[in-house]
Amino acid sequence: MLIARVVGELVATQKHASHEGRKLLLVQPLNLDGSNRGDPVVALDAVDAGIGDRVLLATEGFSAMTSVGRPHSPIDMAVIGFIDRVDVIPDVL
Amino acid sequence: MYFGRVIGCVWCTAKNSSLEGMRLLVVQPLTPELKTTGKRIVCTDCTGAGAGELVYWVRGREASFPFLPVEAPTDTCIVGIVDRVHLRAAEASPAGPGNSSGHPPC
Repeated sequence: MLIARVVGELVATQKHASHEGRKLLLVQPLNLDGSNRGDPVVALDAVDAGIGDRVLLATEGFSAMTSVGRPHSPIDMAVIGFIDRVDVIPDVL
Repeated sequence: MYFGRVIGCVWCTAKNSSLEGMRLLVVQPLTPELKTTGKRIVCTDCTGAGAGELVYWVRGREASFPFLPVEAPTDTCIVGIVDRVHLRAAEASPAGPGNSSGHPPC
């Protein structure tokens, strides 16, 4: 799982049936210091997140598809939680 | 999943029999601001996407799930055609040239 920030939303009418009824979010993975970690990705929303929210991102198929309740679906990333706070040992940053 | 634009297609006459009838598209990964990022890849397609369209694709084992019960040997598959992108600052990215005919051009 990764820490990430929601930076946008996608609208797609023609898509795999298993994606119906779930928001599509553009999510920017973050490092612990808040800097960007690679390029933004597309994730299905399991918690009703919105633009600007800091979230927990599942980046593996099984966890992503079970979190949105769509087993055996082509889903490899999902937003599965809101992050309130991250505590780390100061030396790590 | 990842965001990008279809920029072409690949034709294979001799291929794994499980891939028969599947379209193979060349996809350029994009940032949300529609800037080019990363290397181009070849994806299978389950949506009927055509050249010029914005799409998102899934990577890994999940890429073969749209074709079940056929177990297609694919690791990237286009699973949606993007109509609009909403960003926090600048809104409404154009959905690209697309094609007015309603049919994929390749």
